[in-house]
Amino acid sequence: MTDTLPGAAIPNPLDEAAITAAVEEAVAAIAAASSLEELKAVRLAHTGEKSPLSLANREIGGLPKEQKAAAGKLMGSSRGRVNQALAARTAVLEAENDARILVEETVDVTAAPRRRRAGARHPLSTLQDRVADIFVGMGWEIAEGPEVESEWFNFDALNFKPDHPAREMQDTFFVEPPEAHLLMRTHTSPVQVRSMLEREVPIYVLCPGKVFRTDELDATHTPVFHQFEGLAIDKKLSMADLRGTLEHFARQMFGDEAQIRLRPNYFPFTEPSAELDIWHPGAKGGPRWIEWGGCGMVNPNVLRAAGIDPDEYSGFAFGMGIERTLMFRNEVGDMRDMIEGDVRFSEHFGMEI
Amino acid sequence: MRIPLTWLREFAQVPADATAEDVMAELVKVGFEEEAVHRPTDELKGPIVVGQVLSLVKEPQSNGKTINWCQVRVVPEGQEQTLTGKGIDPSGVQGIICGAHNFVEGDKVVVTLPGAVLPGDFHISARKTYGHLSAGMIASVRELGIGEDHDGILVLSRIGLDPEIGTDAMSLLGLYDEAAEINVTPDRGYAFSIRGVAREYAHATGTVFTDPAAKVNAPAALSGGYGVKLNDDAPIYGKPGCDRFVARTVRGVDATRPTPPWMVSRLRLAGIRSISLPVDISNYVMLELGQPNHCYDLDKLSGDIVVRRAVAGEKITTLDDKVRALDVEDLLITDDSGAIGIAGVMGGANTEVSDSTTNILVEAAHFDEVSIGRSRRRHKLPSEASKRFERGVDWQVANVAAQRVVDLLVELAGGTADEAGTDVGTAPDAVTIELPAGYAASRIGIDFTEEQITGSLKDLGAIVLKDEASDSYVVTAPSWRNDLETKEDLSEEIARLVGYDNIPATLPVAPPGRGLTRTQQQKRRVVQALADAGLTEVLSYPFVSKSANDTFGVAEEGAARTALKLANPISEEHGYLRTSVLPGLIEVARRNHSRGFRDLALFEAGSVFLPDGQLGTASIPPLGVKPTDEVLDGLYDGVPDQPLHIAAVLTGHDSPAAAAHTPRAWDWADALDVARLVGDVLGVELVVSQGSHQAFHPGRAARLALRSGDVVGYAGELHPKLLAAHDMPARSVALELNADALFDAAPDVIVAKHISGFPVATQDVALVVPQDVPADAVLAALREGAGELLEDVALFDVYAGQGIEDGKKSLAFGLRFRASDRTLTADEASAAREAAVAVAAERFGAVQR
Repeated sequence: MTDTLPGAAIPNPLDEAAITAAVEEAVAAIAAASSLEELKAVRLAHTGEKSPLSLANREIGGLPKEQKAAAGKLMGSSRGRVNQALAARTAVLEAENDARILVEETVDVTAAPRRRRAGARHPLSTLQDRVADIFVGMGWEIAEGPEVESEWFNFDALNFKPDHPAREMQDTFFVEPPEAHLLMRTHTSPVQVRSMLEREVPIYVLCPGKVFRTDELDATHTPVFHQFEGLAIDKKLSMADLRGTLEHFARQMFGDEAQIRLRPNYFPFTEPSAELDIWHPGAKGGPRWIEWGGCGMVNPNVLRAAGIDPDEYSGFAFGMGIERTLMFRNEVGDMRDMIEGDVRFSEHFGMEI
Repeated sequence: MRIPLTWLREFAQVPADATAEDVMAELVKVGFEEEAVHRPTDELKGPIVVGQVLSLVKEPQSNGKTINWCQVRVVPEGQEQTLTGKGIDPSGVQGIICGAHNFVEGDKVVVTLPGAVLPGDFHISARKTYGHLSAGMIASVRELGIGEDHDGILVLSRIGLDPEIGTDAMSLLGLYDEAAEINVTPDRGYAFSIRGVAREYAHATGTVFTDPAAKVNAPAALSGGYGVKLNDDAPIYGKPGCDRFVARTVRGVDATRPTPPWMVSRLRLAGIRSISLPVDISNYVMLELGQPNHCYDLDKLSGDIVVRRAVAGEKITTLDDKVRALDVEDLLITDDSGAIGIAGVMGGANTEVSDSTTNILVEAAHFDEVSIGRSRRRHKLPSEASKRFERGVDWQVANVAAQRVVDLLVELAGGTADEAGTDVGTAPDAVTIELPAGYAASRIGIDFTEEQITGSLKDLGAIVLKDEASDSYVVTAPSWRNDLETKEDLSEEIARLVGYDNIPATLPVAPPGRGLTRTQQQKRRVVQALADAGLTEVLSYPFVSKSANDTFGVAEEGAARTALKLANPISEEHGYLRTSVLPGLIEVARRNHSRGFRDLALFEAGSVFLPDGQLGTASIPPLGVKPTDEVLDGLYDGVPDQPLHIAAVLTGHDSPAAAAHTPRAWDWADALDVARLVGDVLGVELVVSQGSHQAFHPGRAARLALRSGDVVGYAGELHPKLLAAHDMPARSVALELNADALFDAAPDVIVAKHISGFPVATQDVALVVPQDVPADAVLAALREGAGELLEDVALFDVYAGQGIEDGKKSLAFGLRFRASDRTLTADEASAAREAAVAVAAERFGAVQR
């Protein structure tokens, strides 16, 4: 019995009062421990090998046989109480500790850096896709063609007479040498001609793409712009079918309330021809009709140029500008914003329009 | 076409309170687009009255100018001034300072009284000036906004007026009238006249139309007039250049008489300046009836008029005093002296009417549309006359118009008309169209009644007969409607007059479609993937300079790129079509950069133009007929290749700088990464090798090829000199790929790979090789040598420096081995690694570190 703490009396394992006092002392110390580190010290002091209770426990071995059971019971329950208190306090302090760490780890989420740059589609390209999807959903197909085109596809096949003023009104970019009869297409209608030559009737195609006119860039003009043109060739198509198609499309684009209006107009490739207006309830300066594009029944001469018998088949065609659509749909005020490639313009839209 | 409302009201029932806007709203229904409103009262407000100068005192000023201190009576003597307002003298006499000197005491002038507003938002008020209170202004035509002449004030007697003092001068000068400006489509020449528009207004409103031609009392036949011969020996498309020529003579006119204000006002509202009475009359009749006509000074003509084509080397001095060399295709009006006019385009200077003209020969002729159009284009002489002739003028109206000019010359210029006149030519055959009874209904989708069909066509002026046997209408188009040729044209007219708003809507059902083609889907996926990866899509113009094509369009320095050149570019500098998307993209990047955006990642998917071989076709087939397959093939083959290219430019950093974030500068490897992303999206492997392209840094360019070896693009750092020349940030990187080639190379079917569940065995190896050995080649050697147990191999470190011999580098690779049927032993994996190293050693002298 030499390894006791100097000055510390080893309690008698049969002395219930002394043992209880030691337990009370231990429990009090445990309760008083305010951190896991303090608790560790308390644990060592009250349950360690040299703690009063451990030392008392060790005394049991030296007790007479008949006293061992009682001492063992006393010590067992006493140490149990201490361990229980210890475990409970540990759980509390650990929970507090965990919570504190989480609090300490708090960040200002509003200061998060943007590590990945956000890309963007050009809204004209997004809009073009959306238009295409509407027509694909109606069973139409998307047809494309070259931007530098033979004059025949761009004009003659479309019933532009060689000397007619309508031909000049297209403000065409010609490609050198003039003898080659090549030009920048002034509309996507040559794709309609190609479609009629390459496909079997009935034909329902949408031809989106870039077109070119010799206009200088300003707030409302650009020498390069985008169109989508539709062409339907079938038996017994009438202008009512044209109107129905345009109405359906307008409602897909602008909602069920969309209304369209047809006004007489002239195009060499359609007869009758019409100007298409769309009602714009949200237009700046009040609701009004906005000129959206041109349309009409395909001129028989155009069908003949593609080898389609106009007595058997009829068709309708329409064409709208994508820039123009974006301008009034999304309130783009200046054509140059769409052309110059300023990243602020596209990034504002992101992937949507 | 601008339509003064007072003029329109003469022939159409326009409500008295209708504005120009109201008129346009009606005309829109029948196919005329609204252009503008011309309304003098928008800028001009009274009181503006006739005044008489009672006294005029010349007062020299210290600045050398002399001003007139005038007393102007603006209310008839003995009457009271009923106008009130600041500066209006109750006595009816205003004191006004005037700087002009072209008038004298007693002249009647236009006085803008205090309270009036003149064009330019110029408010008139009484104000102190030159020591007097000047209460109003004596106006010039320029100040009133009705003319350019600002030499002096408008003296009413000089324009033939002697109105009562105090008369509303705005009414006197026709300034309460207004004009609706509409756009006339090129098929409707007849609508370039009050006559045509009034008829259309009646169509639109269902009201009565009075034909101005019917108001003119023209003789049924003319003879004995000035000699005219139609001698066209080279008609275009077989049509004679002139098929009618009416000539009338008016003698003893006073060409100096002023044009009456009502005519000046209407001409001005119609956009035509008043020049002289005979010229004004000529223009007035052209506007009213749509028949361009011309007044010759009869005394300057010599011999018969002959209408013929020009001869080689012939010249003319036109009315605008320019000498013009003529083409043998030009149709001319000539006399014994030579050319006196380019038919239908512009008259000659030598026979022009002048103040001294007393005898006038009036011409009203009918010319071929194509011939006039070609002359107009050739001489770049768009005129009011050519505009109408090109689109088609009513053959029948020539005689009427000539009579109308004669009548006005007699009435206004004091002339006397010769009874004899000339009318030569042959009427074209009337166009007769067969319209099957149900055709218009089937084309338009409206069940037209017989009354709607015949009524509409008759309203147009057509003669309609029903042929019961064939159940169709036989329609003779009116002489002024050269655009009506087919049953489709008639269908449009019926629909137009019944109203497009009555067309119902039915939705036709397309047969089952195939959806987007594979290529269309591929393009979309690539574009979307690039945007998703943080790049911004732009759409640049395809117009570039020759040097841009030579730099970007061809890899080898000094080689010129074959490119398409525009005949009429917007700017000569950008006169070529791009062979690479990069120049446009760099331009956009530079613009963004100059606007303060330094960290950029831009891409574009767009066509490039690569002429090669056949360029176009020497001729093009006619319209309305399907060309033969051979001709079509020629047309197809003549159109140059225009593959889709995808390009990107990255400048600055990969992300915005932010707290606790250090952005990374884009470098050459990012360009490769973007290129690889495109390949990955399409399932196409891009084989990378050290490349050489004049637009790129000579040591930092990758050539990108397909497995087949076909080069499909370049990626890397742009050449420092090029960046400097384009004001671009140093170290900017770029790539360009031929997307069409990638689309084609994409696999149709990807065969699945067996996935082994057995454990992996990884081994690393560091190999020392000469500096110039490409890492990719060593990697390929390892892959080859390791055999089929190798699942993957990746370069994870490149090191040169201490511990490595000069001129060499150490490449560290991680090899991942796995068998498909068993767990590999360490020995097996090591053996495979050694086999891999052996091939690298053999091929590049690689030594394991």
